Amino acid sequence: MPDHDPSLPPVPESKAVPKKRTRLSLVWVIPIVAAAAGVWIAVTKILEKGPEITIVFSSADGLVANKTKVNYDGLDIGMLTSIKLMDDHKHVIATAAMHPKTKDFLVKDLKFWVVKPRMSGLNITGLGTLLSGNYIGVQLGESKESERHFVALETPPLTGDVPGRIFILKAPELGSLGTGTPIYYRQLPAGQVVSYELDKDGGFLNVKIFVESPYDHFVTKDTRFWQASGVDVSLTAAGLHVQTESVMSILAGGIAFENPTSDAPQVPAEANTGFTLFDKRATAFEPPPVDPRAYLLVFKQSVRGLSVGAPVELGGVNIGEVTQISPQFDANKMEFSIPVMIQVDPQRYGVKFLGWDNDKETLSIRQKIMNSLVARGLRAQLKTGNLISGALIVSLSIVPNAPPATLDWSQNPVEIPTVSGGFEAIEDSVATLLKNLDKVAVDARGTLTNADTLMLSLDKTLGTTRGTLTNADNLINNAGTMIAPDSVMNTELNILLQQGGDAARALRILADYLERHPEALIHGKPGEAKQ
Amino acid sequence: MSVTNPTAMEHGLQSCHGCGLLSRPAPGAHEGRCPRCDEDLVFRKPDSLQHTLAYLVAAAACYVPANLLPVLTTTTAGGSESDTIMQGVVLLWSPTGWPLSLIVLFASIMIPSAKILALGYLLITVKRGSITNNAQRVRLYRMVEIIGRWSMVDVFVDTFTVSLIQLQPLMSVEPGPGLLFFAAVVVLTMLAVESFDPRLIWDTADAKETQKKVQYA
Repeated sequence: MPDHDPSLPPVPESKAVPKKRTRLSLVWVIPIVAAAAGVWIAVTKILEKGPEITIVFSSADGLVANKTKVNYDGLDIGMLTSIKLMDDHKHVIATAAMHPKTKDFLVKDLKFWVVKPRMSGLNITGLGTLLSGNYIGVQLGESKESERHFVALETPPLTGDVPGRIFILKAPELGSLGTGTPIYYRQLPAGQVVSYELDKDGGFLNVKIFVESPYDHFVTKDTRFWQASGVDVSLTAAGLHVQTESVMSILAGGIAFENPTSDAPQVPAEANTGFTLFDKRATAFEPPPVDPRAYLLVFKQSVRGLSVGAPVELGGVNIGEVTQISPQFDANKMEFSIPVMIQVDPQRYGVKFLGWDNDKETLSIRQKIMNSLVARGLRAQLKTGNLISGALIVSLSIVPNAPPATLDWSQNPVEIPTVSGGFEAIEDSVATLLKNLDKVAVDARGTLTNADTLMLSLDKTLGTTRGTLTNADNLINNAGTMIAPDSVMNTELNILLQQGGDAARALRILADYLERHPEALIHGKPGEAKQ
Repeated sequence: MSVTNPTAMEHGLQSCHGCGLLSRPAPGAHEGRCPRCDEDLVFRKPDSLQHTLAYLVAAAACYVPANLLPVLTTTTAGGSESDTIMQGVVLLWSPTGWPLSLIVLFASIMIPSAKILALGYLLITVKRGSITNNAQRVRLYRMVEIIGRWSMVDVFVDTFTVSLIQLQPLMSVEPGPGLLFFAAVVVLTMLAVESFDPRLIWDTADAKETQKKVQYA
C-alpha cells in the first residue's frame, strides 16, 4: 500500500464501521435440533395416525375407551378411542383409531367381534382375556371395497382364516349339534359346524359346516356325513351294535364323514355343496336303491318283534326291508290279519343274477319267474333275528311241502304267500313237545308204582333169605355134630348149601346191577316200564 | 432506584466469578484470566441473552413432546400400556394417593413450564430495558435457579422404576420417548438459567437512571 500522497487535495475519511457484535452464536444449534426433533416426532405421529373407523356393538360390555385394543392375529392394530350410545339407545358405537398400515384391509366384509372368555361345547376360548381384558378380534375380508363403518358380530366367526370350504348338510333334526360342533374325518377333527337354520319350508335344517384344509379335499360328491354324536347303540335283529366316534364326540357331539370305497377317482366337491346328514354311519353307507319292488305279505300270526326297517332276507342275505305294517280286520271272515309291505331290491345289496339279462328283463319274464318260484315253494315267513331282543325278520325261502299257492298279478303290490315261522312255529313245536312230555310223565308215574312194588317184594325176599341163612347156619351147626360125611343128611345138606349159594349169587347180581343203575329203582330195568 | 450504584464495568474493572477478585484487564486485551485463580474473566457473560433465548426456545420445543409422548410403557401379562406424565398424574389421583399425584403435577408439569415462562419474562424485560421490579426479578431468577434441578426427580424416579421393575415375562417397564424430551427440558432450562447473567437486570436499570439524569440535567 503506497503512502499518503501529500500533493493530493484533502480527501474525506471513510466512516469506520465498528466490528459487528451481534453475530449468531453457535448455541442456536441446540434449539434448532430440539425443534427438529419435535417436528420429526410430530410428523411421525401424524403419519402414524391411521384411519379411524366406527364399529357398532350390541353392548359395550367389557369395552373401555383408550384401553380396548383391536387385535389381529395377536397383533394390536388399533385402539378404541371412544364409545358412545347410538341414537336408537340399543347399540353402542365405538370409534377406533387404527394403525396406518391397516388402510388397505379395511374392506367391506371385515369382521369384528369382542373376544372374551367363551365356552362352546368343550371348547373354551379367550381365556387370555381374563387377564388382559376383552379385546376386539378381526377377521380379514376378501372384498376390495373400502369401508370405515362396521357392525360387530355377536359371536366370533368360527372359520377363522384357516383355508377350507363350507358345505351344507340337510339334517332332519339338530340332535346334539350346535355351533362349533366338531367335524371328524377318520376320527380326526377336520372342521366344525358354523351355523344352522331351519329351511324355509320348515322341513329340515340346513347345517352349515366348515371343513378345514386339507380335509376338505376328501369331501367328494359321494361323501357321506352322519351324526357321530354320543354313543350309537342299536339293538337290531342282527345283534347289539355300539358305534362311537371319539370320547370328545361322545360328550360334545359331532359329525363324521367318510367316502364309500370306490375305485373311481375322487373329485373334491364344490364349496357350498349340499349333502344329507344321516343319523348314523350304517344308514349313511346303505347302497342306493337299484330296482326296488314292493310286495305284500299277509300274516295271520302275531308280528310282535317285527318293525318297519326290519330286514328281508333270502337265504340269510339281506335283500330288502319292511316298509309298512298295518293290521286289518276282515268283517266278512271275522278274522284279523296283518299285511306287511316289503320292498325288495336284491341288486342293491349285491345279489348277482345268473342267466338273467337285466336290460332285456320284461314284466312277463319277471312274472313267469316269480310264478315258478312260488310254485316251487317260495314262501315268506317270520323268523327270529335276535333271540335276546325277540326282533323278527322276514325270510323268503323255498319251503318244501308248502301248501300250493299262486300269485295274483292283478293286485298291486303282489301278495307273496306266507307260512308261519319264527316264534309261531317254535310255539307249535313246543306245544307238541309239552303234550308228549305230559304223556311221558304219566308213564313215569306208573313205572314208579311198579318199582315200589318191586322194592317191597325185594324186601320180603331179603327177609326170607336172611331166615333161610339163619336156618342154614343152625342146620350146619347141627349137621356138624349130627351128620356123617356120606349120610343122606350130608347129601341133603350139600343140595341145601348149593341152593343157598344160588340165592346169594342172585342177590349179588341184583346189588351189582343196582349199583350200576341206581335209576332202575325208579324206572325199572329197560323194557320193564312198558309192562 | 434513585441511587445509581457504580459498577465494576463502568470503571473498566472485572470481577472474578470464581474468587471475587477485582482486576483490571491488560491494556488492549478485552478478556483475560484472573491473576489469583486463573478463571476466565468477562465483564458480562458473552451473548448472555442470546444463549438464554436459544436454550429457552429449545426447552420450549422439547416441552411439547415431553408432555404428549408416553414416558413409561408398562407391559404386563395382559398387554402393554403407555402413559404420559399427565396420565400418570390422573392415574395416581386417588383418595389416598393425591399428595403423590400433586408432587408429580408440581415437579413435572408446573415447575418446568413455570421456569420457561419466568425465564421468558426475564429475557423480555431485560431486552426491553425495563427498570421496574428489579429486586423482584432477581428474586425470581434465584428461585428458578434453585428449584430447577428438582424437576429432575421425575426422570430419576422413572429411570429407577425402569431398572427395578424387570420381572420378565410377568411385568416390565420401559422408558418412553417422552422421558428423553422431559430430561432435555430440565437440562435445557438449567442451561438457560446458567447462561443468563442477572447483572444485566441492573445494567439497563442503571443506564436508564443515568440517561434520565442526563436528560433532566
